[in-house]
Amino acid sequence: MTQVLRPPASLDAPATPAARTARRKAALEWVAVHALGVAAALFFVLPFVFVLLTSLMSDSQALSRDLIPHTWQWDNYRKVFDTPGFLTWWRNTLLYAGVGTVLTVLSSVPVAYALAKFRFRGRNLSLMLVISMMMLPPQVVVIPMYLFWAKQLDLSGTLWPLIVPMAFGDAFSIFLLRQFLTTIPNEYLDAARVDGCGELRTLVRVVLPMAKPGIAAIALFQFFAAWNDYFGPQIYASENPGAWTLSYGLESFKGAHHTDWNLTMAATVLVMAPVILVFFFAQKAFVEGVTLTGVKG
Amino acid sequence: MTTVTLASKRRRAALRTLAFMSPWLIGFAVFFAYPLISTVYFSFLHYDGFNPPTWSGAKNWRYVFEHYPLFWPALRNTLWLVLVTVTLRVAFGLGVGLLITKIKTGTSLFRTLFYLPYLAPPVAATMAFAFLLNPGTGPVNSLLDKAGLPAPGWFTDPAWSKPALTLLLLWGVGDLMVIFMAALLDVPAEQYEAAELDGASRWQRFRYVTLPNISPIVMFAVVTGVIQAMQCYTQPLVAGKVASGVIQGAGAQFEPGYPDKSTLTLPQLVYNLGFQRFDYGSACVVALVLFALSMAFTAFLMRRRGGLIQAGD
Repeated sequence: MTQVLRPPASLDAPATPAARTARRKAALEWVAVHALGVAAALFFVLPFVFVLLTSLMSDSQALSRDLIPHTWQWDNYRKVFDTPGFLTWWRNTLLYAGVGTVLTVLSSVPVAYALAKFRFRGRNLSLMLVISMMMLPPQVVVIPMYLFWAKQLDLSGTLWPLIVPMAFGDAFSIFLLRQFLTTIPNEYLDAARVDGCGELRTLVRVVLPMAKPGIAAIALFQFFAAWNDYFGPQIYASENPGAWTLSYGLESFKGAHHTDWNLTMAATVLVMAPVILVFFFAQKAFVEGVTLTGVKG
Repeated sequence: MTTVTLASKRRRAALRTLAFMSPWLIGFAVFFAYPLISTVYFSFLHYDGFNPPTWSGAKNWRYVFEHYPLFWPALRNTLWLVLVTVTLRVAFGLGVGLLITKIKTGTSLFRTLFYLPYLAPPVAATMAFAFLLNPGTGPVNSLLDKAGLPAPGWFTDPAWSKPALTLLLLWGVGDLMVIFMAALLDVPAEQYEAAELDGASRWQRFRYVTLPNISPIVMFAVVTGVIQAMQCYTQPLVAGKVASGVIQGAGAQFEPGYPDKSTLTLPQLVYNLGFQRFDYGSACVVALVLFALSMAFTAFLMRRRGGLIQAGD
């Protein structure tokens, strides 16, 4: 997968006119490709740059069309943290994403293992249902779910309706991890079984250490999904600002600070930054995971 | 595995399977099967959450299709998103994927930069674009103005809100880029060399070597893209809310699909009917329409690309 396509190298060819034109063509192509690369990079990066610059403008300058701050108002970030509720949203998000991710991994691993390595009747059906659940938008079942949490359990305005379902396996995580586990050769499992390991021990001692990249990928995806979730908090937490998450609360900045784009953009940066930091620490696992969803098969 | 003959051994294996599968089995029953059946049942009830529900037959269904003023605009917008954004995202993703395989210097830096926007949380990315594209002080319109080009109203203009949304979705094309990049690098180099020896032009090499090799991945990207576009919720909703300038809060009423219903999508109708109008029955009708559409494309995905499911043991 890591091999790179290269035209046949003509490095030490004698300097015939034909070779020289070929080399000039290669150089021109290098320039063209990298110019396009820089143009694309600007498209992808400039929005971040403008957001950062605006987040450091003074209130009055944020109302102008200036692109670069006259004075750098690092104080804006302190103001965001001082906004009532901001730290609570931060805590709720960490709780939702952190606890939820741990629960998802714990509950999805055995299911993915069974779907990948056990033979049983209904396995293919189960897998189809997992994929169907994965493709289903949350809006489809939200009305009964909301009535269940709000009217029967009286838990709307809390984080429970968001976190509890994550303890019962997440379809996407199960599917992705199953894809990963099928690539582990059976010989390893058989060897463990011959040594007298039960299935649980085989899973914990033999399979899990080999499945670390897959588990890292689903943990990351799940963390991001919870961090990014807007619909869940909108349905279950909206009535109680004490249960808001960052993704949900962020929007209220524009409302509370009306036209002050600077504070809104500072808050936006603070919501984006953790995800991007996590990505830099776990880049490899993440990209592997994205690739696994589409290409393996 | 040898065939197990002892009944007790078989029972133990079945119990073991059940134990391993149990988290998902419970989740499936409680958070999928039960609410899905309830949704079907609720779609025939008149229920506002306060008064006891009453049977209303097909009334909700007729209301949604015949009288609910937001249904057809939302369906049209969803169709627009499916056709335009999916086409553009796949084409752009493929283009960027190709570009990254050609870049020889600083490849990993370019790849990271191209990928980063995909990671931006949807609400944050939408807030960022609402600012970038705001007609008053936004940097994009400032630059367009300076260049003497017309500066559109983007999220505040019904004719431009969907293109603005498309721009936002194109910005986050990193997922497709990575998938296409991996597929492009898997194309056997010999095939390119053979084509080159035969005197194939650059375009011919792309058309007759690259495309056939990556067509399953293109197909996968199109179908998953269609499913994602149908379910597009957060970005159009937040864009509309920010552009209309409403202040969020408990029970906040906002104009759905601002401006002029142009950013309304099907999933938003479930929220509008259920949580703004407290008409749970009609919300369930829309939910079922969404369900039918999602399942149709998922079935297509599973049939078309059996490879999605790797053979197990």
